[in-house]
Amino acid sequence: MLSGILLFNQKGENLIFRQFRNDCRPRLSDVFRIQVISNAQVRSPILTLGSTTFSHVKHENIYIVAVTKSNVNAALVFEFLYRLIALGKSYFGKFDEEAVKNNFVLIYELLDETDTLKMYITTEGVKSERAVEDSTRITMQATGALSWRRSDVKYRKNEAFVDVIEDVNLLMSAGGTVLRADVSGQIIMRAYLSGTPECKFGLNDRLLLDGDGLTRPSGNKAGTKATRAAAGSVTLEDCQFHQCVKLGKFDTDRIISFVPPDGEFELMRYRATENVNLPFRVHAIVNEIGKTKVEYQVAIRANYGTKLFATNVVVRVPTPLNTAGIQTRTSQGKAKYEPSENIIIWKIPRFTGQSEYVLSADATLTSMTNQKTWSRPPLSLSFSLLMFTSSGLLVRYLKVFEKSNYSSVKWVRYMTRAGSYEIRF
Amino acid sequence: MCDMEDPSPLVRALALRTMSYIHVPQFVEATVEPLRILLRDNDPYVRKTAAFCVAKLYDHDRDLVEGSAGKQGSVGLIEGLNGLLKDDNPTVVASALVALMDIWERNENIKLTIDHTNASKIVQILPDCSEWGQTYILEALMAYVPQECSEATIMAERISPRLQHSNSAVVLTCIRVILYLMNYISDPKEISALCRKLSPPLVTLLAKGPEVQYLALRNALLILQRRPEVLRNDIRVFFCKYNDPIYVKVTKLELIFMLATEHNIEEVLTELREYATEIDVHFVRKSVRAIGKLAIKIEPAARLCIDTLLELVSTKVSYIVQEATVVICNIFRKYPNKYESIISTLCENLDSIDEPEAKAAMIWVIGHYSDRIENCDALLEEFLFSFADEPIEVQLALLTATVKLFIKRPTKGQNLVPKVLKWATEETDNPDLRDRGYMYWRLLSADLATARKIVMGDKPPITAETEKLDPATLEEMCLNVGTLATVYLKPVNQVFRTARPKRIIDSPALQRHLLPTAMAESANRRALQTRGDEERLGDADGNLLGGDIREAFDQADDYFAGVGGGGAETNPFAVGGGPVQGGGQYVVSQGAPQDMYSPSTGGDLLLL
Repeated sequence: MLSGILLFNQKGENLIFRQFRNDCRPRLSDVFRIQVISNAQVRSPILTLGSTTFSHVKHENIYIVAVTKSNVNAALVFEFLYRLIALGKSYFGKFDEEAVKNNFVLIYELLDETDTLKMYITTEGVKSERAVEDSTRITMQATGALSWRRSDVKYRKNEAFVDVIEDVNLLMSAGGTVLRADVSGQIIMRAYLSGTPECKFGLNDRLLLDGDGLTRPSGNKAGTKATRAAAGSVTLEDCQFHQCVKLGKFDTDRIISFVPPDGEFELMRYRATENVNLPFRVHAIVNEIGKTKVEYQVAIRANYGTKLFATNVVVRVPTPLNTAGIQTRTSQGKAKYEPSENIIIWKIPRFTGQSEYVLSADATLTSMTNQKTWSRPPLSLSFSLLMFTSSGLLVRYLKVFEKSNYSSVKWVRYMTRAGSYEIRF
Repeated sequence: MCDMEDPSPLVRALALRTMSYIHVPQFVEATVEPLRILLRDNDPYVRKTAAFCVAKLYDHDRDLVEGSAGKQGSVGLIEGLNGLLKDDNPTVVASALVALMDIWERNENIKLTIDHTNASKIVQILPDCSEWGQTYILEALMAYVPQECSEATIMAERISPRLQHSNSAVVLTCIRVILYLMNYISDPKEISALCRKLSPPLVTLLAKGPEVQYLALRNALLILQRRPEVLRNDIRVFFCKYNDPIYVKVTKLELIFMLATEHNIEEVLTELREYATEIDVHFVRKSVRAIGKLAIKIEPAARLCIDTLLELVSTKVSYIVQEATVVICNIFRKYPNKYESIISTLCENLDSIDEPEAKAAMIWVIGHYSDRIENCDALLEEFLFSFADEPIEVQLALLTATVKLFIKRPTKGQNLVPKVLKWATEETDNPDLRDRGYMYWRLLSADLATARKIVMGDKPPITAETEKLDPATLEEMCLNVGTLATVYLKPVNQVFRTARPKRIIDSPALQRHLLPTAMAESANRRALQTRGDEERLGDADGNLLGGDIREAFDQADDYFAGVGGGGAETNPFAVGGGPVQGGGQYVVSQGAPQDMYSPSTGGDLLLL
């Protein structure tokens, strides 16, 4: 499998060189530097030279590179690299050049733990100090069925927090038709529970509610869908679960049951494409008047209830590359022209439901010698909206069963964010 | 050394691991004995480490490991590994499997076969393994050959819950195994049920990091060819986001092209039209090219595609116009004597054309429709002005176009032809150009009627099907879903010379007639019966295939910058039928059925 792991900074200096096998020679780092880092032409995260393959991921300001020699499972390699980044983050807070330079030794040790072939053990980001522990228990844990949890966790207060976080992806055409709208959601759980509790988790998912056996094909009749939505259930296109969820049980009985790891983890990920409630409706009119002026009229309307409010709403309106100056007027929030990025940033710190705000702006352009048409990149939006789910998903219950039968407190929080919320104009 | 007998299992494992890292013969030899004991340690963690150690030692010194069985009474290390497969700890079993597979990969002599009972046993422990372990176990399942259809069906159903795992490696490997098992399932209902299951997880992978997205998309390209029903309804999810990395965008474009049908063509065209105004030149060109190819692929939509193209041409951005010219030229070839109204639009934009490929395409159009373009001689003359400085392909195109002009409208062409022929035969060093020049010369001086027949003869039809992988490759690639080779969409052995090829192993349950190779063969046989003399253009840039993979990959990426593109459809300047081009470019299909599909170039499957 892996022959080695290399870390580079942006200049191409080799920060970490850990070889797992003898076929990973030091000069490979030069090869990577020349072929990838200093080569602007590279367009793929995978590069094969002869029989050596470099798979790299860029994170913050470092390149994390896996060197492999044969036709390995590329998904495995990337998953491992992602996991390495997550691990680095949980150890150092931020996994960048500085963190690497300050923690050389620790990183080498971590890489040693993730063995040549198996890349295993510490990949569950546990930050605990397990130096003074009975070694047999560690080995039991590392090889046992519940490798993600120690059995002797104790909390005075048993709490579980569930965060439902949804990223809405929207692509709207200039004409106002929705080209694509989908929700990719995550359910993050923070479990502070004693012992080895078994949790059962329920959503208002259509499949879960009906329990009608095996996965139905996604293409059902439209009529039934609408009625389902009215009845308050959601169709999830697909869901993926954390390692700890018993997939077999989910497949047969549609029950999400699991023994949670200690601390924070991502319980599941899902995707929904039907009945997506778009929290914001954006209407943009952009007119190019002659060759020296562009007029903007951007209206944005909140589609959620008046009791809710979104925070940190930022609208990014692209301007032509040869913009000289911009005048803006807004009915709410502040708008600013950012010449370095060629955008107008319109910030609305608090956006209450059902209200509508307008930005109007005039851009004056300098004349250019080569008349290149403006590619009109889409307008994009970012926001976060609490206690609202675009898909309509709700957590119905979370039950915790444990031998000692303690009572536990559960908290649920919903949040909708903008994934890539783009409107063409 | 003595740490290997330490009471603490952690220390034992650590010692063993450290020992196995030291690549010195004495140490390697010294590790064998303790390793043999530790393989049967009572702590699972140690057993697991020992399993990996065997593979590592094998890497250091294979003879030693293979020969370790020799001594009396003691079992060999590999047999020891085999023993671990019956271990009651799932992690140990998974580790032993990995080690065995790693050894298998390096040695031709070892055969890894898993029968039904073993397979169902390891599937049983699947849920109890770590995510990495699951991946390895699924990988090992590829060595299982089902003997009956029902076995394969049951197995596929049992592993399908893994599609819901959050680790993309598990998901992709699971997809691979299911695709493999489908070869052994006869019931079409079962297959379509499984196909429906594959689709959502594949789409979900697009929510992962860009690298995994890329991998998933490349594999989607592959799966789409083998099992078109998998992603049939999901074209919208492949629409590009503005800030997708370029490699993801390009692959998405290819997928959109493959998924486009008569029903969604309007949607697709608006989308492609949008891409054609993006910043990245390479991507824009690809999208323009895709529009043109859609016109060829989906006949009823040709009109729509052409309208979109004309709209793009009117933007007057030089590279868009050039790309559009090239594809319009192909459209003319596909639908001769149709859509000629667009010629005038093309002629308006002559000035912005400066790349050889676009020039050659334009010249071809002028020559071919010289009887319809009023001022064609003036246009040609303009091009001829710089004849000597042009690259070879433009010169060839010019030569042919002039001859065509002469044949169609002798009055207009009579001044030009002698001039060009003289240039082509006397003032050039290029043998191709000279030969073609002489040939035309003789042809024209001998008999005008024959010349007309040859020069204006029917051209071999072009299709949009050329970008498919050849069936043998496809079959092999489907056994490798998720691996590096799928990123390149090339046979494993071309990318990794030392890799052991995987094949679909025969068994009573194998649905042989449904394999891509078998299907292609029978289709080929039918085709040969009806059209015995079918000829087709070979691969114009065959040199790419032999060369270094990376080179090919880069070359394919820089495809538009480079000269001479690939495949049949970019080579429309060939005049008439076979004789002009000479035998080199034509491959007669009777001898070699596989050549029915022209091999794909490097990394870009579609040559868009």
